[in-house]
Amino acid sequence: MTEVEYQSISPSDFFYRNREIAGFSNPSRAIYAAVRELVENSLDACEVRRTPPDIYIRITEVTGSEAGPSIYTLRIEDNGTGVPSEHIPRCFGQVFYGSKYTLKQARGTFGLGGTITILYGQITTHKPVRITSSTGGDIHEYVMMIDIEHNRPMILKHTVMGNRKGWKGTAVELQLEGDYSRSRYRLYEYLKQTAMVNPYADINFVDPRGRLYHFERATEKIPPLPKPVKPHPHGIDVETFRRLVAVTKARNMKEFMRGHFQGVGPTTAEKFLKAAKISPKAKPSSLGPEDIVRLVRTAREFKDFKRPDPSCLSPIGEELLETGIRKELNLGAGDFLKVVQRKPATYLGFPFIVEVAIAHGRSIAKQSRGGITIYRFANRIPLLFDESSGVVWKAVNKDINWATYKVSADTPLAVGVHVCSTKIPYKTVGKEYMADQPEVEREITNALRSAARSLRLYIARSIRIARERRRLDIFERYLPKIAEFSAKLSDRGEAPSIEPLLAAVSASLPEVEKRIREVPQIVEGNG
Amino acid sequence: MELSLKQLGSLIYDQIQNREFPWIMMQSRSTDNILYDPDLRQYVLGDRMIRRHSRNIRHIRPFTQLVWTAWFARELMRLRKTSTLREVYYSARGQRDIEFKHQAESDNIITDLETALNRPRESFNIFPEERSAIFGDLTIEYTVPGYEGRRMNLTEHPDGVMIGPAITSSKFVETTADKVLVVEKGAMFTRLVEERAHERFNAILVHTAGQSPRSTRSIIHRLNRDHNLPVYIFTDADPWGVHIAMVIISGSANAAHLRGLATPEAKWIGVWATDILDYKLPTENLTDFDVKRLKELKGDPRYREELWQREIDIFLKIGKKAELEAFSRYGLTYIVDEYLPAKLDVM
Repeated sequence: MTEVEYQSISPSDFFYRNREIAGFSNPSRAIYAAVRELVENSLDACEVRRTPPDIYIRITEVTGSEAGPSIYTLRIEDNGTGVPSEHIPRCFGQVFYGSKYTLKQARGTFGLGGTITILYGQITTHKPVRITSSTGGDIHEYVMMIDIEHNRPMILKHTVMGNRKGWKGTAVELQLEGDYSRSRYRLYEYLKQTAMVNPYADINFVDPRGRLYHFERATEKIPPLPKPVKPHPHGIDVETFRRLVAVTKARNMKEFMRGHFQGVGPTTAEKFLKAAKISPKAKPSSLGPEDIVRLVRTAREFKDFKRPDPSCLSPIGEELLETGIRKELNLGAGDFLKVVQRKPATYLGFPFIVEVAIAHGRSIAKQSRGGITIYRFANRIPLLFDESSGVVWKAVNKDINWATYKVSADTPLAVGVHVCSTKIPYKTVGKEYMADQPEVEREITNALRSAARSLRLYIARSIRIARERRRLDIFERYLPKIAEFSAKLSDRGEAPSIEPLLAAVSASLPEVEKRIREVPQIVEGNG
Repeated sequence: MELSLKQLGSLIYDQIQNREFPWIMMQSRSTDNILYDPDLRQYVLGDRMIRRHSRNIRHIRPFTQLVWTAWFARELMRLRKTSTLREVYYSARGQRDIEFKHQAESDNIITDLETALNRPRESFNIFPEERSAIFGDLTIEYTVPGYEGRRMNLTEHPDGVMIGPAITSSKFVETTADKVLVVEKGAMFTRLVEERAHERFNAILVHTAGQSPRSTRSIIHRLNRDHNLPVYIFTDADPWGVHIAMVIISGSANAAHLRGLATPEAKWIGVWATDILDYKLPTENLTDFDVKRLKELKGDPRYREELWQREIDIFLKIGKKAELEAFSRYGLTYIVDEYLPAKLDVM
């Protein structure tokens, strides 16, 4: 008879064994995931500090091989808040320790904040990580590794240095196994799309070949920070409810409901408790397990709570989104760009906001092969993989009839969709696509329609302008000849001027006259 | 109303000068405006007019081509040169944008010019390619450059004289003939010349080479009108021949805008369907297309008279056609010795 062994494993051990759920599934994907984790961390840190982020990324090859994975050094530096010295080891050396476990919009999954990256680097190279950080005072540098079995940091060296210039920020440097050549396209796309939705960030990336990619900052404006909020009853589950009951200081259930949740006023509290068959005067501690289950079930169905408070969300905003897209897609003055921000909505009790952008024009035509290029973002981070599986793809390709907006199969369009929420509806862990939650799908579709209506006007106008130009071309071609030959035919000498006639033709549509030189001709054939 | 080319140019020039988009008016040549005038006994254009306006984006190209063609014609006249239709088509190739896509486009513009000016193209030096011929005692005086004042008699060359710009523009001085014999086929024309038919019948012989070109028709018209010569037409016995005769008599739809090309007094004297029967000529079967054509002609107002109706009915009844050469079954000269004299005696 074989012995069955039982054991428990630490969280870091779990991620060590299942690193693909954090995106580290293969060497090329690993580099992308590593950069991504650390960049997101840095962006968050800078935003908290309310500073326009300066982010510096460098990848250097340590040992190469002809084909396949090599060892790289990855260094990321930012000018964010920095991490207080006493927190540094556990922030970076312990899984599930960090500042992101409150209910507000945050980048990154699991709030791991870079620890997984360090874990991956360690297990593929057995080299330590070097963290350098300061919150304004001394600069602290830690060289450390993770004790994976016990999920705790192992400090190998700690140096304290003076900080004459008052530098604030964090730098992380580690070695990892990866395949840069396979991932360089995605990395570039990731950084470019990050720049698109964070146009206040200045990102510098030096690749293993020594090339510098500089994504310049286009504005100093930063969106307001999301505020932590209380949970909304629609989104509560039994375990959270139980925990709240255990720690509450409310004297009765009515106070409990009003104090721990958002969207619950005094009358609403009473109405809800009545529906859940709990007395408003009852003590929270008197609730039994069946009561809690009943309360949670009733909460999910109850329709009279106020809508979820969206102040926990931080959308990009129409102005910033426009700035970022213009910059990264090289849009010119004559190109079309429409950004739409929807009002806050909810799905399953979680608030979310959809923002959508549609771009069209000569610049887009130059960059694409025709058809729609989709850019997806969730909580201000780009999603690059699994495009066709998600709700955005579905909304763009199935829910919208583009022909009604004068868009044909070859019309080059760039469509960007951003969803921000306290809980992004990712379909599965480690994947980069969002599930087709009906409310989310509906918001995306409506936003797209709204933007597409503007697009239709633009295209119609472009067609008109192209037609007018062709018309004017014809007159410009033939009138001079008529004048020339009529003069020769009648022995009158010089040909009469046709300028007044040309003016008459182009005067029939006055705005066309001005635009005809400016607007690039992007519509052909069916004018 | 005649407009000279220069006047046309002035008209357009003035319009532009007055900040107007130039335009011209001309008679419509669409089928619903082509009518058969029973008094004049030829096709004429009705009253409908069309305006070709340079403001109209569909008109501006043919309008430009018209002005260019008018200038080209005037250059021809100035340089005292002639040009064929095809040469006009090619000459335009030197001009970007207005070059003609194919000759039909160019021919059409030339016809437009004729309609607008009310003058045949030959009067502004544009001629079709020559292919018909004339032979007989007619003295002409040339007007073409290098030959002004020179005279020639049209019996001087035994192959007959090609009808080209020189003949067409010449003055007819005098003739001793008392009729004109028109034949559609070259073989018959040669036969007539060889047999000295011009002496035997005292006739001027004209070979049309199939459907007669306008210059040939204009010569026939002039001989009939100015010199009172009756005109007798000989064609093959088939619907095509019938039509050739009719075009000489009452003009073509294409030239409905012109006068001086029809000879209503001309007579078609053979080869009739009746002749096929009387002379027992070797025949061919009428094709389906021939039959269709005959039926069309039967309803055509020009063919209303008894002779045409009778002959069309016989063609349809016997279902056969025959060529002029068929008379050779009786010998090479039978047609000149027997057939023609018999026909002409009756006239």
